[in-house]
Amino acid sequence: MWKYLLKRFLLMVPTLIGVAVLTFFLIRVIPGDVVELRLAGDRGAVSDDVLKQERARFGLDQPVWKQFGVWMVGIARLDFGTSMWTGSPIWDEIKLRFALSLQVAIMATIVAVLLAVPLGLLAALKQDSWVDYTVRIFSIAGLACPSFWLGILFILTFLIVFKWLPPMVYTPFWVSPWQNLQQLIWPALAVGYRYSAVATRMTRSAMLEVLREDYVRTARAKGLVHRLILTRHALKNAMLPVLTVIALEFAFLIGGLVVTEQVFNLNGIGLLFVQAVAHRDYTLIQALVMLVAGIFIFVNFAMDVMYAWLDPRIRYR
Amino acid sequence: MRHRSRWSVCTLVVLALALTFAWTVSGVAQDKPRYGGVLTFVVPSEPPSYDAHQEETFGLIHPTAPHYNTLMRVDPFDKTGTKPVGDLAESWTISKDGLVYTFKLRKGVKFHDGGEMTSKDVKASYDKIIFPPAGIKSLRKDSYDAVEVVEAPDPYTIRFRLKWPEPSLLLNLASPWNWIYKADILAKDMHWYETHIMGTGPFLFVEHIKGSEWVGKKNPNYWDKGKPYLDGYRALFVSSSAQQVAAIRAGRAHIQFRSFSPPERDQLVQALGDKVTVQESPWDCLNFVSMHHEKKPFDDKRVRRALSLALDRYEGSKNLSKITLVKDVAGVQVPGTPWATPPAELEKLAGYGHDINANRAEARRLLREAGVPDGFSFTFKNRGIPHPYEPLGIWLIDQWRQIGLNVKQEVIEASAYHPMLKRGDFEVAMDFQCGFIVEPDLDLPRFVSNSDANYGKHKDKVIDELFQKQSRALDLEERRKYLRAFEKRLLDEEAHVIYTLQWHRIVVHSAKVKGWTITPSHYLNNQLDTVWLSE
Amino acid sequence: MAITTPIDHAAGAASEPTPSARWWAAVRDFARHRTLGAVGAVVVLLMIVVAVFSGPLAPYDPVAVDFGAMLAKPNAAHWLGTDAFGRDVLSRLIYGSRTALLVGFGSALVGATLGAVLGVGSAYFGGLVDLYLQRLMDIFLSFPLIILALALVAILGNSIPNLIMAITVPMIPRAALVIRSSALTIREMPYVDAARAAGFGHLRIIMRHMLPNVAAPYLIMLTAFLSQAILAEASLSFLGLGVQEPTPAWGLMLRGAAVDFAEAAPWMALFPGLAISLAVFAFNLFGDSLRDALDPKLRTL
Repeated sequence: MWKYLLKRFLLMVPTLIGVAVLTFFLIRVIPGDVVELRLAGDRGAVSDDVLKQERARFGLDQPVWKQFGVWMVGIARLDFGTSMWTGSPIWDEIKLRFALSLQVAIMATIVAVLLAVPLGLLAALKQDSWVDYTVRIFSIAGLACPSFWLGILFILTFLIVFKWLPPMVYTPFWVSPWQNLQQLIWPALAVGYRYSAVATRMTRSAMLEVLREDYVRTARAKGLVHRLILTRHALKNAMLPVLTVIALEFAFLIGGLVVTEQVFNLNGIGLLFVQAVAHRDYTLIQALVMLVAGIFIFVNFAMDVMYAWLDPRIRYR
Repeated sequence: MRHRSRWSVCTLVVLALALTFAWTVSGVAQDKPRYGGVLTFVVPSEPPSYDAHQEETFGLIHPTAPHYNTLMRVDPFDKTGTKPVGDLAESWTISKDGLVYTFKLRKGVKFHDGGEMTSKDVKASYDKIIFPPAGIKSLRKDSYDAVEVVEAPDPYTIRFRLKWPEPSLLLNLASPWNWIYKADILAKDMHWYETHIMGTGPFLFVEHIKGSEWVGKKNPNYWDKGKPYLDGYRALFVSSSAQQVAAIRAGRAHIQFRSFSPPERDQLVQALGDKVTVQESPWDCLNFVSMHHEKKPFDDKRVRRALSLALDRYEGSKNLSKITLVKDVAGVQVPGTPWATPPAELEKLAGYGHDINANRAEARRLLREAGVPDGFSFTFKNRGIPHPYEPLGIWLIDQWRQIGLNVKQEVIEASAYHPMLKRGDFEVAMDFQCGFIVEPDLDLPRFVSNSDANYGKHKDKVIDELFQKQSRALDLEERRKYLRAFEKRLLDEEAHVIYTLQWHRIVVHSAKVKGWTITPSHYLNNQLDTVWLSE
Repeated sequence: MAITTPIDHAAGAASEPTPSARWWAAVRDFARHRTLGAVGAVVVLLMIVVAVFSGPLAPYDPVAVDFGAMLAKPNAAHWLGTDAFGRDVLSRLIYGSRTALLVGFGSALVGATLGAVLGVGSAYFGGLVDLYLQRLMDIFLSFPLIILALALVAILGNSIPNLIMAITVPMIPRAALVIRSSALTIREMPYVDAARAAGFGHLRIIMRHMLPNVAAPYLIMLTAFLSQAILAEASLSFLGLGVQEPTPAWGLMLRGAAVDFAEAAPWMALFPGLAISLAVFAFNLFGDSLRDALDPKLRTL
C-alpha cells in the first residue's frame, strides 16, 4: 500500500507543474492587459509612453519565458508576488476571501451529506416505490434549477416576506458565530441542496449494488439484525463512491461558486476570480488557479488514501 | 360662569399658540443639521490604488474622497455641479488677460497627522499632477497643457501662470481628483499615496477590508468648524446591483452614490414609499456611435448622417427611460448646464428633428445616393455591460432596420473593449463620453483630430480650430458661438459621431440622508462634509 | 378467436423476432418499468420538436421590438407576456430552445466523443501513453471551470461555436476518466491479448471489443452532459459570456432587465427559468433511468 500511496503522492508534482504552465500561458493569450485597463478606465485615453512605462514596472515587457521563470522561482520561495491591479501582496488579497469560500464549501458539503445519505439509503431500500420516485424527483429538482435563479428567489423572499436581508459584511466565525451563520447559511443551503443531488444518486446506486452482494445476503441469512448489517457492512463499502463525489465537488466549491457569490453578495474566491480575469491581473489569477488546483489535487490524493484504507482490494495493487 | 369660560377660552388659545409655536420650531429644527450617526453606503467597485491622481474610477472617489480636500470644489448645493467655490482656497483673483490665477489659502488647516497645510503642499501636489516626474503617471495631465508653472510665493498663496488664456481652468481646478497631498511625503516617496492615506479632509481613515468595506471616522480637528456632521461612514463594496437595491430596501445601507436603473427606483419607491428620497439628474455621460472613417462606406458623410437620421430619439427617450439609464435628448453638453444646447438649435441638428418619417426618408435617400444597397449589412460592436449598453444596442439595431440596414451586433467583453477600439478593429462601435465636471474643455477634447481617444480616426481641421477657439475665448458669448459651431460640425455637417441619448442619473436614498445634492457627475459631492442623518 | 396461451405466445416469440420488434419491446419495457425516465424522454422529444418547428410555432418574431407593448402581463395577445422591449416571451422561449439544444447537443456530443476516444486510447495502449494522457486529463480536471470558460470566451470572442467549445473543454477529461475505467475492464480480458497475438490490428480490436462495452457509459454520459451543458449556457449567458443579444436564449433572458423587473414583471424571469429547469430535469430523469436500465454498476457518474 505504501508504494501505491507514494506513487500517487509523487504524481501530484507533474500535475501541479502542468497546471502552472497551462495557466501562465493561457492568460497571456487573452487580449487586453492590466495596464491599459487600469489607465483607460472610464474615460479612455492614455499616452503610449505612460503605458510602456507601467508595463516595464510589472515586468510585462520581458520575454514570456523569463516572466515564467521569475514566477516559478517565487513560488519555490512561497512568494506569490503582488497583485497587478492593487499592488498589495497576493496573500492579503486572498486570505479573507479564502476563509469565506472554505467555510461555505464545508457547510454546503455538510448539508449535502446530511441530505444525501439518508435520502439515498431510503430510496435504495424502497427501490421503485413512490418513496424512491419522490426522492429522485426531489434531488433532481435541486440539480435542475439554475443556482442564480434560486438565489434571486431566496433574496426576493427575504425582502418581500420577511423584510430582512442577510448581513452584507463577512464576520469570521471566530469573531461572531451568530452573524457569520446568518450570512452564510443561505448560500450553504442553496449550494448544498444542489450537490446533494449527485450524492443522493450515488448513495442510492451504491447501496443498491451492495445490497445485492453475497456477504450481505449471508449476513442476513445468519439472522443478524437488519440495521446492523446495513450500518456495518453495506454502508462502509457504499460510502466509497459517495466520498469520491463529495471530494471532487468540494474543490469545485472553492473556486466555482461565481454566480452564487454574486447573487448572495459573498466576498469569496469565485468573484475574486472573475474580477481578476476582468482586470487581467496575471499574478492574482495564477495564484488563485494554483490554490484551487492545489486543493483539488490534494483532495484527490486524500481520497486515494481513504480508498486504500477502506477497500482492502486496492491495497495490493 | 363667564369667569370660568373666559379662562377656558384663554387656556385653549394659549395652548393652541404654544402648540403651533412648538410645531413650527420643530419643523424649523428639522432642517437644522443633526450631529451624529454613521452613514452606510454601497459602492459597486473597489479602488485599485489610493492615489486619485492616477485613477479614474468612482470606486476610488466614493470611499476615499472624504479623507481629502482639493484647492477648489464645486458648490455642493448646486444641482448643475458647475459652480466653483473654494475648498482649501479662501479667495482668488484672475488677471485681466486671463493668464495668471492667484489663490489665497486658508490658514490653520491641518493634515491628519497634525502637520499644517501650506502652499508648498499645494504646489507639490499640482506639480505631481501637471508635471509628473518620470515613472509617475498623471491621467489628466493633458487637460493642463495651458499651465506653464505653479508658484508658491508665500506659505498661503499659490499662483498658476498660463501660456494662453483658458477660462475653464477655475472649474478644472475643482476637479474631484486633485487631492492635496503632503509635500514632505511626496518628497520622500512619490508612490506612497498609492497605498496610504494622509489628507486634510473631514474624515480620518480607519480601515479598508479588501472586498468588504472601507471605514472612516470624523476628523475632530477639521478646519471647517462645525463640520462634519456625521460621526463616521462605512462604504460596503457590493458588486451586484440587485444586492445594492436589496441593501437599501432592507435598511442595511442608506445610499448608493452612483445610480440605480428606473425599475430599481420603482421597486424601492413601491416598497419603502416616503422612507426614501429620489434625486434625479441628467448625467455627464453619454453613449455615442463611432464610425471608422477609414472604412467604407463610413468614410462618406452621407452614410454617417443617414445613420443618425434614422434614430427616433424622442420616442426612444420615452421608452428607454423606463427601462435603462438614459433619458434626455441632448447635444454636446448636459441639459440644464451653462453650455447646454438651446432646444431651438438642437432641433436643427441631423436626427434631432421631430418629423421622424421625413428624417428616415432623407436617410434612405442619402444611402441610395452614396451607393449603399438596401439590406446592406455591417457589424456593430458593443460593450458587454447591461446598462445602458445592451438596451441601447438593441434599440439602435432596430432603428437602423427601419431604413433598410441589416445590422449584426457583436458584443465584446468589457475588458477587451478598449483595446479593440484602440486597434481600430471595428466598422461601427459604441463608445462613451463620461466626464467628471460638465465643462466643454473637459468633455470634448477627444473629438479633436489628433486626440488619442479619436478612435473613429476623423481628420478635420475645422473642428480642431473651433475647439481651440472656444477654449481660449474670454468672452462668454464668443465662446458660446464657437461651441455651437463645433457641435454643428461634429453632429450635423460631418456627423463624425452619432450621439444617442444622455444618460440619466437616479439616486434613491433613505429619507434620513440630508445635505446631499445630486449633480450630473457621480464623481462630485463625495466629501460628505455637508451630509447629515435625520432621525 | 383462439385463446393464446402463454406457451403459444412464447412459441411465437421464440421464432426469431426481428431487430425492430426487439427494439420496440425494449422501449415498451422501459416505458412500463421506468416511468420517470419515459416521462423525461417524452419531454426531451417535445423540446426537439419545438426547436425544429420554431418558425411555425412561434406567434411573433423573437427579435421584433415593440415598445407599445413593453412589459405586458400575460394576456390573450401575448400568452407569456412581453419583456422590456415588447418582445414576445413565448416566441423567445420557443426560439430559445433551438439555442439550448444546439449548444447542449453540440457540447455533449463533442465532449463525450472526444473524451471517449481519449479514454479508450488511454486504456487500450496503456503504459506511457496512459500515463501522459492521465496527467494531461488531471491537469485539465483540476483547472477551475470558470477560468477556462472566461479565458476561452475572452480569447475567441462571443459566438455560439466558441461557447460550445468553452463548455466542451472541461467535459472531455471527465468523460475520458469514466470511459477509461470502463475500457480498462475489457483490457484486462484475456481475449484482447489473444487477438493481438493472432495479428489483429489495433483499430479492429478496439472497434470490435472495446467500443461495444463503452457504449453504455457513453450514452449515459451524453445525457448527463446535455443537462450540464444547458445549465452551463444559462450561467455563462447570465454572466454575459454566452449568447449575445438579440439572439433568443434562455440564459440570456434571465439577465439584466429580467432581474431588474423581477418584482414588477416576474414573468420575464419566471418562464425562462422554468424552461431551463424543465429541460435539465427531463434530461436527468431520462439519463438516470437509462443508466439503471443499462448498467447499475456505473455509479461513478
